[in-house]
Amino acid sequence: MKNTNGNTILNSPPLEGRGAAVLNSSPLGRSGGAVSTQNACKLCSPLGASVAYKGFEGCVPLIHGSQGCATYIRRYLISHYKEPIDIASSNFTEDSTIFGGDRNFKIAAQNIINQYKPQIIGISTTCLSETIGDDITLFLHELKSEDFDGNVEFVVASTPSYQGTHIDGFHEAVAAVVRKFAKKGNTGNHINLFPGFISTEDIRLLKEIVADFGIETAILPDYSESLDNPVWDTYKRIPEGGTTMEEVERSGSAKASIEFGTVLNLGKLSGRVKNQNLTKTAAQYLEKEMDVPLVRLPMPIGITQTDRFFEELEKLTGKKTTEKYTKQRGRLVDAYVDAHKYVFGKKAVVYGEEDFVVGMCAFLDEIGIEIVLAASGGESGLLEKEILKHCPENGEKITVREGFDFESIREWSITNKPDILVGHSKGYYIARELEIPIVRVGFPIHDRIGGQRIKHLGYAGTQELFDKIVNTLIEYKQDSSPVGYKYM
Amino acid sequence: MPNKKNYTNGLPDPSELKEEILKKYPRKVAKKRAKAMIVNDPSEGQEIMANVRTIPGIITQRGCTYAGCKGVVLGPTRDIINITHGPIGCGFYSWLTRRNQTKPAEGEDNYMPYAFSTDMQDENIVFGGEQKLKTAIREAFEIFKPSAISIFSTCPVGLIGDDVHAVAREMKAELGINIFGFSCEGYRGVSQSAGHHIANNGIFKHVVGNTDRERTGKFQVNLMGEYNIGGDAFEIERIFEECGITLLSTYSGNSTVESFAYSHTADLNMVMCHRSINYIAEMMEEKYGVPWIKVNFIGAESTAKSLRKLADYFGDDELKAKVEEVIEREMAKVKKVAEEVKPKVEGKLAMMFVGGSRAHHYQDLFKELGIRTVSAGYEFAHRDDYEGREVIPNIKIDADTRNIEDLEVTKDEEHFRDDLVTKKAKLEKEGYTFKDYQGMMPEMSKNALVVDDVNHWETEKLIEFYKPDIFCAGIKEKYVVQKYGVPLKQLHSYDYGGPYAAFGGAVNFYKEMERMLATNIWKLVDAPWKHEPEIVGSISIEA
Repeated sequence: MKNTNGNTILNSPPLEGRGAAVLNSSPLGRSGGAVSTQNACKLCSPLGASVAYKGFEGCVPLIHGSQGCATYIRRYLISHYKEPIDIASSNFTEDSTIFGGDRNFKIAAQNIINQYKPQIIGISTTCLSETIGDDITLFLHELKSEDFDGNVEFVVASTPSYQGTHIDGFHEAVAAVVRKFAKKGNTGNHINLFPGFISTEDIRLLKEIVADFGIETAILPDYSESLDNPVWDTYKRIPEGGTTMEEVERSGSAKASIEFGTVLNLGKLSGRVKNQNLTKTAAQYLEKEMDVPLVRLPMPIGITQTDRFFEELEKLTGKKTTEKYTKQRGRLVDAYVDAHKYVFGKKAVVYGEEDFVVGMCAFLDEIGIEIVLAASGGESGLLEKEILKHCPENGEKITVREGFDFESIREWSITNKPDILVGHSKGYYIARELEIPIVRVGFPIHDRIGGQRIKHLGYAGTQELFDKIVNTLIEYKQDSSPVGYKYM
Repeated sequence: MPNKKNYTNGLPDPSELKEEILKKYPRKVAKKRAKAMIVNDPSEGQEIMANVRTIPGIITQRGCTYAGCKGVVLGPTRDIINITHGPIGCGFYSWLTRRNQTKPAEGEDNYMPYAFSTDMQDENIVFGGEQKLKTAIREAFEIFKPSAISIFSTCPVGLIGDDVHAVAREMKAELGINIFGFSCEGYRGVSQSAGHHIANNGIFKHVVGNTDRERTGKFQVNLMGEYNIGGDAFEIERIFEECGITLLSTYSGNSTVESFAYSHTADLNMVMCHRSINYIAEMMEEKYGVPWIKVNFIGAESTAKSLRKLADYFGDDELKAKVEEVIEREMAKVKKVAEEVKPKVEGKLAMMFVGGSRAHHYQDLFKELGIRTVSAGYEFAHRDDYEGREVIPNIKIDADTRNIEDLEVTKDEEHFRDDLVTKKAKLEKEGYTFKDYQGMMPEMSKNALVVDDVNHWETEKLIEFYKPDIFCAGIKEKYVVQKYGVPLKQLHSYDYGGPYAAFGGAVNFYKEMERMLATNIWKLVDAPWKHEPEIVGSISIEA
């Protein structure tokens, strides 16, 4: 058996930590709903918040909790982005845990200001600080009335790891920034774009599209520069880039907000029903409080969803899509036609964060790939409905699972024998065991270079993604064939 | 790439650099950091401040107690199911990220590819998570039938009052396998070092001595504080096997709980990473009379020295001869590569800020290539790792250290090795040293700057001052340092490489240094037009 690189799988040396037990299917029937989580398909809330904060200019994230939270999250993000990512911590100790974290918090804030001179300190809470009930708003009030040195804004997002996933943290932080700085004003000609947790390359693609439409657009958050830096002549303690304070302020007077994602942080959190009357996302807040109309679209992956995005841009600008994009679209459809024979009827397992799974399923459904399982560690309660809505071809045949972990995905895959996995690096071990290919998309990508530069969105992004999926399938077929075709 | 300084007449006095670094800090912080930065003078017994809390808001390299306990010490053990009791983050982040390799025999259990978590939710925080933990344990048992399960507490667990030890006892009785818990909440202690200590205590209390094993070799040893990153342990195991030394157990690279259980039947413990594992070595000596020596298998010369020390302990002529034979053969291979590489890298400058032993051990490897260490420090070590074990009685016990249980260990009359105690006494009389960790500082050059728990600001200034050719740290520092145009070698995970231990490892490391230090990539940083004036051309004014 060969893997996609043409290396023989069975003769390869045992992977680190790979052993006999991996190959045994568990007898418990995990798909039936085990209580514990084995190899989770979700990350924790402060991670998402930290990514979002990195997308605002001059912002330094601060995680209010044990130093391990910041260290682990930094390690995870740095391994994906391969960039310096400074996230401060209030370094809780045993006595802060008992007496409250106010002292540590204030020292941390002062030290960040001294070192970084940031415009914003973006605070995420943790399971520790939330459990002991630290009131950050009170700390900030005290801090400002004390001998406080520094001109800085503070933003607070409540992100205990026991509520939701990293995606909840992401949206929570974006909303916190917008709530804090957006100003109501006379409606301008600019728009807001809330893209969700996408790759830095995707953000650059979106910027190009809106620039070509000639519409002034604030992307919130925009970490396309700060998390994907060039080499530097001199070291920059806070990397350049990010949505500017002015852009955030003006988000309150925008002509409209476009928000990617239909699950967002709107669903119930695991084990807790949210107050549905609360505004949850930043765009929702702007709509309700500042009368900025909200257009909510699934992630623009594939023709159908990208068309919707372009239609909205046409409506908002009164301009026609330029030839550059109609040609991109034309080439993409042409490629669909050309490659249909390779992908039709192939069975895929898709996993990751919920909105990403919805977008990816809509695209795969469109090109004739049969999605056998769409799974996420998130538990919004909305995933199935959204997938049905956006997968008109075969949506009803898709098994949708929320709150799934990788062991459940693995067990399910052993039974249902997919041809391909589509998702991030953590599912690799399943692909390896089943001897099927994996196409790496989303976050985290820890076993390949350039995870932050993977394209997923728009016609151009979809084109790359499509080619990659098709070529992966072709390569697999080629490698598995005894003939050694040079012509597929 | 910064220009290199000429250090042929010794290292420059970095006192001014130190002053400059401290100037930036508030008074109190400056006072504290001053004690953690020492201009080294090996002829004097200098004191460094170490293992003290990190200042909040300063970007630290350090991790938490949970990371030290679950990730470092128990992480590389393959036949135990490690359940993280807490919300999902901690378990997820410690899932197979340390590159510890393991080699299970055919059909043997390996649970390292799994990250078990109770994935605590809102209601577990409010109403308690003990029931969920019990269910998780039962599920893990039902699926895998492991011989042991351990529970690792994350921050909220201690706060909401979940008693993981009581749950462990109850489940142990119910399921009939060894189950034990660790109170390794992230906020305990000043760094992952607290987690190492807690893990040492737990293993010693719940595992060591559980089974006896018939002697299987003439020379039975344990290797402690070796975590098989990039296959280091495999290389050391290969050498031991060839020398006829029986390795009972490694703490904890390529290890099993099963082997910990009979590790007390060894004749000697060899300690590599003193910081993370000396507690078990100490307790094993107290309880079973097994003595320990400090060894180092990083660096070919150090490996040879450690092997000889081991052979001298047993005093067996056949063993000594075999060890010499292996050293001679292996060193011939090592020297061949060293001779090729050394002329290309000699005189280069290195800095390393990592771990509790690696920042010391790797200086030996660099020395073999003629690369000088200008500045170094540990991430989570204590004073004894810098200054040597003789300072232990003088180390101030602070509140953070007091929080960690100090196990009361008593002599095990049945298993106690009086023969080893006699042997130790005899050898000591002859000048053989046990428990002899001298620390990092006495082995470093005069004027080298030793910095404990280095942070971003200090790193920046250190690079500016020393203009090192290579910087050794971990993934969190890698891209920061490389943005300065200095290559960074990860000494936690070895980047993609390894093994670097013992003789074969030294060869790998030499070649790695040749590759990293000779790369032309940095020359591309400056675009060709950068030094040109932006506008070129001539203007002629015609009348």
